[in-house]
This record gives sequence, C-alpha cells and structure tokens, in this order.
Amino acid sequence: MKYTEEHEWLLADGDLVTVGITEHASTQLGDIVFVELPEVGTEVAKDDEAVVIESVKAASDILAPLDGEIVEVNEALADNPALVNEDAMGDGWFFKIKASDLSPMDDYMDEAAYKKMID
Amino acid sequence: MSDLKQTVFHDLHEKAGAKMVPFAGYSMPVQYPLGVMKEHLHCRAAAGLFDVSHMGQVILRGPNVAAALEALIPQDVIGLAERRQRYGFFTNETGGIKDDLMFANRGDHIFMVINAACKEGDLAHMRAHLDGVEIEEITDRALLALQGPKAEAVLSRLNPDVAGMRFMDVATLELVGAECWVSRSGYTGEDGYEISVPNAQAIALAEALLADEAVEAIGLGARDSLRLEAGLCLYGQDMDEGLNPVEASLTWAIQKVRRAGGARAGGFPGDDTILKALETGVDRHRVGLKPEGRAPMRQAVPLFQSEDSSEQIGFVTSGGFGPTVEGPVAMGIVADSLHEPGTVLYGELRGKRQPVTVTSLPFTPANFKR
Repeated sequence: MKYTEEHEWLLADGDLVTVGITEHASTQLGDIVFVELPEVGTEVAKDDEAVVIESVKAASDILAPLDGEIVEVNEALADNPALVNEDAMGDGWFFKIKASDLSPMDDYMDEAAYKKMID
Repeated sequence: MSDLKQTVFHDLHEKAGAKMVPFAGYSMPVQYPLGVMKEHLHCRAAAGLFDVSHMGQVILRGPNVAAALEALIPQDVIGLAERRQRYGFFTNETGGIKDDLMFANRGDHIFMVINAACKEGDLAHMRAHLDGVEIEEITDRALLALQGPKAEAVLSRLNPDVAGMRFMDVATLELVGAECWVSRSGYTGEDGYEISVPNAQAIALAEALLADEAVEAIGLGARDSLRLEAGLCLYGQDMDEGLNPVEASLTWAIQKVRRAGGARAGGFPGDDTILKALETGVDRHRVGLKPEGRAPMRQAVPLFQSEDSSEQIGFVTSGGFGPTVEGPVAMGIVADSLHEPGTVLYGELRGKRQPVTVTSLPFTPANFKR
C-alpha cells in the first residue's frame, strides 16, 4: 500500500488502483455525512478533484492521485458515508482507477514514511 | 494561539481529550472524543454539558433600569415579571440587529447574557446610552449549560428545587455549595438549564455533573447542529446589522406593548424601520431549508427559484448535517414571494443546482418544560 501527502491510500493490482483516505484523515475530518463520488467512466488527470467529502465540520476535496479512468466507485457510501469513519482503510474505499501512468506510485510514501509524516 | 483567552474549564477540556479551536477570541472545545454526531444524539437522548463561559455576563442596576434598557431593545423589559427571563436583541439606527441576548429580572437588577464576539461592543453601547444605569461585567463567574431530557433529573440530584422551575424561569440556588444563578433555558431546543457559577467552584460543579452517567461533555460542533435543528439563530450568520428583526423572522420576540399602538411603542434604535416593517411586511425572510439528498448546504450557498434562472433570490445563512433529522438542514434568507413552507428552491453547490424545500422551523420539536 502507498500513501500520498494528501492522506490518501493506494492499493495497486496491476494497473487497477483502489483509492481511499487514511484512518488518520478520517479521524481528523470527524463524522463524515456525505460523499460525492465521480461517475464511472470519467477520465481524470492526476490532482483533479475526484471526490467531495462532507464531514460535520466542512467539505474537503480528494484529488485523483494518478492519471486514468474511474472504473468503479464504492456505491455503499451513498447510503452509508459513515463507512469512511468505521473502516477507512477497507470498506470505506472511494474508487478504483485504471491508471494510464503508474510512475507517480514510485514517489508516494510507504507505510513507515507516512506514519513518520503524521507523527 | 497564545493570545487566545481560556475559560476556567480549559484544563478540564484538555484532560477530557477535547479538540480546542479559536472561537470569538477564546480557545474552546469544538468536540470531545465522542465526536460531533454522537455528542449531538446524546444531548437529545440524555443530557449534555456545555462550557459557554466565553459568553458575556452583565448586571444592570439602577432605579429605572428596565425603562432605560427599553431605549436600546424592542422588548418589553418593564413588564417582565421577577424571576423570569426573556429573549431580546440590541437594534441599530437602520433597524438591524447589533446582537441578540437573554435578559432576566432578578429583583433588584437585570442579569444579561450576551454573545462572546459582541461583548465589548455591547458593553460600550450600553455605557454610552444607558444613563443612570450601573453596568457591571461579571468576570468572576463561569457559565455552563446542561441540556437534554435528563437535565432536570441530573440537576435535581444537586438541588431538588430546580425541578420546580419552568421554561425561562430564573432562580438563585445552591449547587455544590456555590451560589448559582440558574435559568431554565438553553440553545438546543431541549429542556435544560444555564448556570452561572463562581469561578472558584466552577470545576467542582462541572465534575459533579459529568460524574452522572447521563451526562456527556458537548463541544461547539454539536452545539451548532443542535441549535440549527432547533431553528435558533446564530448571531453573525442568521442575523446581523443589515437584517431587521422582521426579516430575521424574530417578530415573535417583539411584544405588543412595543409595537405601533402599544403603550410604549417604539423608542428604540431603528424603531421607524422596524415598526413599519411590522405593519407593511418586508421583502425577504429567514426560513428553514431542507436540502434534498444528503449533501449539506452551508453558509453562503446561493439560492435560485428554478434550475436555470439567473437571478439569485436568497442565500443560506447556516447549514450543515442534522444528526437527529438524519439529513442536511439549513436556514436562509429568501425573497418574500418564496418564503411559504413547501416552496421548492435550488441551491447551487459546486456548480450544480440541488433542490431545497422551504420548511417551517424547528426541524426537531422543542422539548421545553412550559
């Protein structure tokens, strides 16, 4: 698993990458009450706004960590956005992207580096 | 952060694991480890304890103090019975609202609670205009709010006399050996009390209340969602210097005796504008708004009459997620012709128009002990 400075996690299976936010981020955001997901089939460029999360406090944007096509989104979040708080690293995932360029993955942090960043 | 003021409960908040944020010049708890959602629901189900010591506490004394205060606020002060409290607001020369407040008739004086952010301005305003009135800011007392359906049972364990109070009654009562100034009121839509307690005994009182298993500490985050569901205004968002009380849908708070034809009609700043607004109506109103779906509509979201109209007809003044409503709730200012409950408007959120229905307030029924 890789981590971005924006507190996203990326789990790659070949060029198919699952994206979510870290437990640390979900705790910081507070109770999440709404998640606006991209449409399946959307082409995104790295750093495009891909997801809007609304917590009890504020709205935050989640950026696409890679270039590619959104091929699946976590429909369960529409009815139960609290999944992000309950299981940020698992059932609270946001979308799967078919990456057209995996090279940014090399620059993202491993778990040890991420833990160091948030300490 | 170092120039932020702290309430007497600061260490208690930190020990409880609160997340502290700057608010109106104070370091205040926005949430505790329970989190905003559960804090909110706990307050509606049992009882919540709020530190509201950042708010201003003021005593007004003088032979004609009630009449003097009527020159600054459009409420009936003279007619307020002893040991009763009333909601009010300072108005400005154009009929706008300078601050909202609670005032109580405590026999030989008026006790007033004002917003933290407006404290200095309100005190200066009163000192400039209340001739012959002694104005004392109370700084040696903290302010706690105990709110929720179990508030009466909890506080009764410290002093059974609190159970006999009705909504908006005030009393001087001993709690944990301290002389407390108690009112049966609050800012959540629930039954409950606000308690002015001497600083020296404030921690002991807070700890005695928190020791009750029905009580959880509640932060500013849930305070905001609770008051929003209750349809209660937040000064600076739902009302301000540019909005008169009729526009802010606070007509109910102006007693008949101060309106045209009343025995003491007018005589407060902006009275021409406000009395005329009461007679002939206004062009815009504060209303409740229920956004469709789950996306919250927050402060400043523009409102439109249809999905494609270009003319903005209002805006959201407060909005967020209502944990008890289990969906987004908001209040806003809308044009006169569009303020009837049931009217569907559109809020523009991230470039997309989403339907929102004008709704009567409150969103959750008030549970006051009348």
